[in-house]
Amino acid sequence: MTTLPPPGGKKLGLVIDLDICVGCQACAVSCKEWNTGGYSAPLTDMQPYGADAHGVWLNRIHAYEVEDGKGGMTVNFPRSCLHCEEPACVTVCPTGASYKRAEDGIVLVNPDTCIGCKLCSWACPYGAREYDSDDGVMKKCTLCVDRIYNETLEEADRQPACVRACPTGARHFGDLGDPESAVSQLVAEREGVDLLPQLGYKPVNKYLPPRPRRGEAAAAERALEAAEPSHSGAPAAGDGLFRWVDRMLTR
Amino acid sequence: MHPAYSIILFTTASGAGYGLLALLCLGGALGLLPAERWLGLTGFVIAFALVTGGLLSSTFHLGHPERAWRAVSQWRSSWLSREGVLALATYLPTGLFALGWVVFETADGAWALAGLLGALAAAVTVYCTAMIYASLTTIRQWHDPWVAPAYLVLALASGALLLALLTALFGGAQPLLLSLACFALALGAVVKAGYWRSIDRAPRDLTAAQATGLAAFGKVRQFDPPHTQANYVMREMGFQVARKHALKLRRIALIAGFLLPFVLVLLALAAGGWLAALALLLAVLSGALGLAVERWLFFAEAQHVVTLYYGADAA
Repeated sequence: MTTLPPPGGKKLGLVIDLDICVGCQACAVSCKEWNTGGYSAPLTDMQPYGADAHGVWLNRIHAYEVEDGKGGMTVNFPRSCLHCEEPACVTVCPTGASYKRAEDGIVLVNPDTCIGCKLCSWACPYGAREYDSDDGVMKKCTLCVDRIYNETLEEADRQPACVRACPTGARHFGDLGDPESAVSQLVAEREGVDLLPQLGYKPVNKYLPPRPRRGEAAAAERALEAAEPSHSGAPAAGDGLFRWVDRMLTR
Repeated sequence: MHPAYSIILFTTASGAGYGLLALLCLGGALGLLPAERWLGLTGFVIAFALVTGGLLSSTFHLGHPERAWRAVSQWRSSWLSREGVLALATYLPTGLFALGWVVFETADGAWALAGLLGALAAAVTVYCTAMIYASLTTIRQWHDPWVAPAYLVLALASGALLLALLTALFGGAQPLLLSLACFALALGAVVKAGYWRSIDRAPRDLTAAQATGLAAFGKVRQFDPPHTQANYVMREMGFQVARKHALKLRRIALIAGFLLPFVLVLLALAAGGWLAALALLLAVLSGALGLAVERWLFFAEAQHVVTLYYGADAA
C-alpha cells in the first residue's frame, strides 16, 4: 500500500557528520558492493568501460565549497535516502511497489511490482531514487534491510554497509524515534539538521554541521581574553600550558 | 525536467481525445448535436483512438509495461493511479453512449444520462492527469494553481477544434460550436499567459545552502560532483531549456496554439461551406503544433529541487 502507515515509534535512520567526513567514497563503494548483490540486486552500470560510464548508486558523495567569509571551507556531503516520515515518493506510487514499513520506518521499493514509471523519483527532493534502465525498476537505499536484521552476520556487521565502511566514524545508524538512543543524543548534542525542512517531507536522517574550526575557536578565545580584565597581577609561567591543555581537552 | 516524447504525445493526444469525447457526449445528450450515425461513428472512433493511443503511449516509457495493470490499485493516495482508474471508468458510460448514438441513432433518456456521466468522467480524467504534475512540491513550475485549469481548458479547446472540423465535414459546423471553440482558445491563451506569468514571478527561494543544511555557514556551491558522468537524476531532472529559447517557444505556442486557430475559426464562422472545413483543418493542424510546443515547454521549463545538489544555485 502506498498510503502511509500510522506514525510508529521506531524510526531507523542515519546520522551523517559533515565535520569529519573526508569524502573518501568508501561508504559509496561499500554500498554499491553490498547492494548489487543484496535486496536491490543488480545495481546496473551502463557502459562501464565506455566513454559514458554511468549507473545506479544508492549513496553519492558530493563536495561543496562554502563561502563563509573566513577563507572558505570544503564540505564533503554524502547523500542517500533520508527515509522521510512524509515520503511523497511513496504516496505518488500508482502500484503499491513503494512503501514505508510500519515497524521501523524504512522506505522500500518492491522490485517485483514496480512498473518503472519513475514518478517517485520526480517526487523526491533529495535525488535518492535512481532508475535502473536495464532492470526497468526504481532503486533506492534500503538502509541495508538485509544486513541490519541478518542473524547470519556477526552482531557488529548488522549495520548498513556504509556505516560499517566509514573509516572516520562519520556515519551513525540507529533509532531516531527514541530520544534516548545514541544517535538521538548525538543529534541533540551537535544540533543536527534536516535537509530542506520547508518542503515538509520530515526526513529521518540527520546531518551534523561542521564544528567551528580550530583557528576560529582560538580566535574566539583570544577575543574573550582581551575583553576580560586579568585579575592576577603577574601571569604565572604555567598559564599558557593550562590554556593549551584546556584547549586540547575541550576540542 | 526531461521532456519524454511519449509523455508529450500522451498528455496532448489524450487531452484532445477526452475533450472531443466530452463534447460529443455533452452535445449529444443535450440535443445540440444530431444523433446521426456517421458523425457519431467518425467522432467516437477518433476520440477513442486518441484516448487509447495516448494511454498506450504512456506505457512506452515504463520499465515494465506488462505490469501496467497494477497502476489502478493505489487510487487512495496516487494521482497517477486515480488517472488510470478514471481513464478506464470513462470507457463505460462513453462507450454506452457511443453505442446508442451509432447503433440505435438515439441520445435520449437513459442514453443521455450515460452521455452526461461520460462527459463528467472525461473531464475528471484530464483533471487527474494535471494533478499528477500539480501535486509535486519538488517542481515549482508544476506545483502551481494554473496547471490544472490549463490542462482542462487545453483539452476543451483541442476537443472543440476537432469537433468543429468533424461537424463541418458532416454537413456544416454550428455557430454555437465555433463560438465555443473561439471561447476555449481565448481562455486557453489567457490561462497559459497567467501560468507563465505565475512561474516567472514565483520566488526561487530554495538554495544549495538550504539543500545541504549549510545555510548558517554561507553561500554553497558545488565543488566536485559525485561521479564523472551524468547519472539518472541529472539526465531526468536536470534538463532545462535556455531562457531565451523558452521565450521564443512561448510565442510559438501562443501563436500556433491559440491565435492562429482563433482567427481560422472566426474565418470558418464567416465563410461556411468547404472554406470553413479547410479553415478548421488548418486550425486543427496549427493547434496540434502549438499544443506540442506548449507541452514540451511544460517539461523543459520545469526545474526540479534536486538540481540544487548538482550545481544549481537556486530553485
